[in-house]
Amino acid sequence: MSHPERRRRASRLALVAGALAASFLALPLVGLLWRTPWSGLGHSLGQPGVAGALRLSLVTSLSATAVAVALGVPLAWVLARADLPGRRVIRALALVPLVLPPVVGGVALLLALGRRGLVGQWLDQWLGIRLPFTTAGAVVAQAFVALPFVVLPAEGAFGSADRRFEDAARTLGAGGWTVFRRVTLPLAWPALAAGAVLAWARALGEFGATITFAGSAPGRTTTVPVEVYLGLESGRFEDAVVLSLVLVAVSVTVLLVRRDSWLGPLRA
Amino acid sequence: MTRRRPTAAALAAAIGVVGACGGAGTGGRAALDVFAAASLTEALTALAPSFEAVHPGVEVRFTFGSSSALARQVADGAPADVLATADEATMAPLIADGRVHDPAIVARNRLTIAVAPGNPLGVAGLADLARPGLTVVLCAPEAPCGRLARAALGAAGITVRPASSEENVKAVLSRVTLGEADAGVVYVTDVRAVGGRAEAVAIDAGVAADPAVQAVYPMAEVAGADQATAARAFVAFSRSAAGQRSFGAAGFLPP
Amino acid sequence: MTAGLVAELELSRGPLALAVHLAVAPGATVAVLGPNGAGKTTLLRALAGLVALDRGCVELDGAVLEQAPGGPWAPPEHRSVAMVFQDHALFPHLSALDNVAFGLRARGMGRRAARTRAAERLDRLGLADRADARPGQLSGGEAQRVALARALAVEPRLLLLDEPLAALDATTRLTTRRELARHLAGHGGARLLVTHDPLDAMALADHLVVLEAGRIVQEGSSAELAGRPRSAYVADLVGVNLFRGRADGDRVDVGGAGLVVSARASGDVLAVVHPRAVVLHRVRPDGSPRNVWRGPVEEIEPAGDRARVRVGGPRPMVAEVTAAAVADLGLVPGAEVWVAVKATEIDVYPA
Repeated sequence: MSHPERRRRASRLALVAGALAASFLALPLVGLLWRTPWSGLGHSLGQPGVAGALRLSLVTSLSATAVAVALGVPLAWVLARADLPGRRVIRALALVPLVLPPVVGGVALLLALGRRGLVGQWLDQWLGIRLPFTTAGAVVAQAFVALPFVVLPAEGAFGSADRRFEDAARTLGAGGWTVFRRVTLPLAWPALAAGAVLAWARALGEFGATITFAGSAPGRTTTVPVEVYLGLESGRFEDAVVLSLVLVAVSVTVLLVRRDSWLGPLRA
Repeated sequence: MTRRRPTAAALAAAIGVVGACGGAGTGGRAALDVFAAASLTEALTALAPSFEAVHPGVEVRFTFGSSSALARQVADGAPADVLATADEATMAPLIADGRVHDPAIVARNRLTIAVAPGNPLGVAGLADLARPGLTVVLCAPEAPCGRLARAALGAAGITVRPASSEENVKAVLSRVTLGEADAGVVYVTDVRAVGGRAEAVAIDAGVAADPAVQAVYPMAEVAGADQATAARAFVAFSRSAAGQRSFGAAGFLPP
Repeated sequence: MTAGLVAELELSRGPLALAVHLAVAPGATVAVLGPNGAGKTTLLRALAGLVALDRGCVELDGAVLEQAPGGPWAPPEHRSVAMVFQDHALFPHLSALDNVAFGLRARGMGRRAARTRAAERLDRLGLADRADARPGQLSGGEAQRVALARALAVEPRLLLLDEPLAALDATTRLTTRRELARHLAGHGGARLLVTHDPLDAMALADHLVVLEAGRIVQEGSSAELAGRPRSAYVADLVGVNLFRGRADGDRVDVGGAGLVVSARASGDVLAVVHPRAVVLHRVRPDGSPRNVWRGPVEEIEPAGDRARVRVGGPRPMVAEVTAAAVADLGLVPGAEVWVAVKATEIDVYPA
């Protein structure tokens, strides 16, 4: 077999494999669309349980993203720039929520921040703050799983940033915070934005940790994934399908938006 | 060409093993798959050895969970031989569809309020559950224990906003034993099962005696089960005196 | 109070050990020349406060910026020191105007005032019409001028320039060099310029300092350097032949071979021969030159209507001859030639 022929055969194989992979990924989505009660869509969406879950998910996921960014960006900075001895350990810690099964994460959060938890008991006794069964608790659970999605790209961006710009800013009279705010952050923006969007998508889809740590109460802690699960359990199948469709639509939109932000970092 | 045959043979053997897995128990015994409501955990687990002693060729394998979840799985075709739910309402659709047949009541249960040992917050009855600042958890409305709890509260005219609606009765109990919740409405048998880690506060006698708030446990054979004979035997055993001893020991009321 | 920069620096960075004593008066430009790795950029970064000294003292207009070990250390943002970087380092996400205004705003000026001032600066450098352009849209020369404007905008008492013309192509260099000279002259503070191009140094600076392996090997005016180079690097820079040897009367022993010179000297000396004074012959010359020897042609470098011919042998030398002579003599690499240098053309001075 001559070279061009061999390459054509190989690329045909690749095409077949690729088509299989694409089908594998597309099939569940097609199944979902096939069973969507299109005529009853508006009715389903209007159900109080469904609408409430959508609203709650929006609020909690956005709050969780804000928390993840507020905590994750400084951590990423420290990991990328500070000369700390335990950096490798801290970096591993930051990635733990990625590999931990979400339910395990929920259990761990309970043991730490529950009413009788390591820190939770003091929060309850001294400050009267209780996290389980509250919307704040759902936000905490979602922020926990979303954090690595912020830390990873942010650390990469800060680490690979061109220090000369920061040096130039300092020689011009900008102190540490000003340099960060006016030079480092704007230059790292594309990576940070991508991380925040991924974190938001993760928070939106979070189930195991949320239901374990925050429980399920409509309007307070019953987010869309929890509502889908309960709907399935109790035979409210159409509602579950409709909610699943909403999450899929959101995820796909997120992916499309994210690609754009990668394409044009700095039109410098 | 000779290289291909052993591969096919190995493949066939593997499929054979997988195919047999569904019905094969350990030591060559047949496996009887029983799906049962979470609140039956202790009673049925205690009952199994006695059943196996009488039916040596059978090994009982349990899947415990929320009645509604298990019922859905069986409706979707899960490979169960026996299904036992915590109320008749959950079983009804499967009977209507012919997914299960020959249901028989094997036990009854009463609701109670589970609190921390020593009842530190002084919960005296259903009315106290409406106390502001008390963290109360119930089963999800779709689960039998949830339905019954809400019915009992409704009958007593008490409005409670639960901090969480858990998927099954064991989950409600965990919240109480872990200290996350102050009180949870579960079955008498569940509190008994955790021994000293929770205390039961009786529900007002009038409400408790109302048959509408008593849990009724139907057990039925799943249609087209692998072990149809063994399934029938299991249901029968559960209703027999020998089986009822296990239920009684766990705190259930007779059917 | 001593005006200008007075600095004594000692600093180790990996293989580089910098030990330098430097002074720049206000209004003067000092050029630091040296090969790669000599420590020129490290020197600038240390003066800017971007890297700390191991030992030494940096004083600017009487204020102590740094004293090590144990003394005060002013961070870069508190020093009146601005730097123009090698490839401008303009902030890519800001327009030229905002780049120039950056330093002013960082030091507390309001947005509008800073932008007005910046606009004036850009106008002075002839870049008013490029104010809204992003750095990526500017040409090399324009970007470098904006970088200069950005540094000058904060009116630093010490202006540091790191190879400001290195990233430019030949023609842009010429024009930018002239303009740079003009703008530097208008700046009131001290200026330190790092470059590897002697033409830049001579055009822009009054005083030259040569840095090699972290140490100053020679300093002075460009005439002094050209006339009396003290190291092979400087000699190379200036384009003369340099020999180091021991003098005894009218002979200088340079590594085995000898040179006859006219001045009498003794001890360690440096001998300089200008390439123009080196004469090449096809046959052994019979004349007055005291220094005559044979050697192979190693390399011929044409330069317009002249050529620089490197001849090997006991005393390697570069001769500058006309291109016509190269052709007439049939000079090619490998050809044997006779080299003649008059004793009076050799400049000898103590090492």
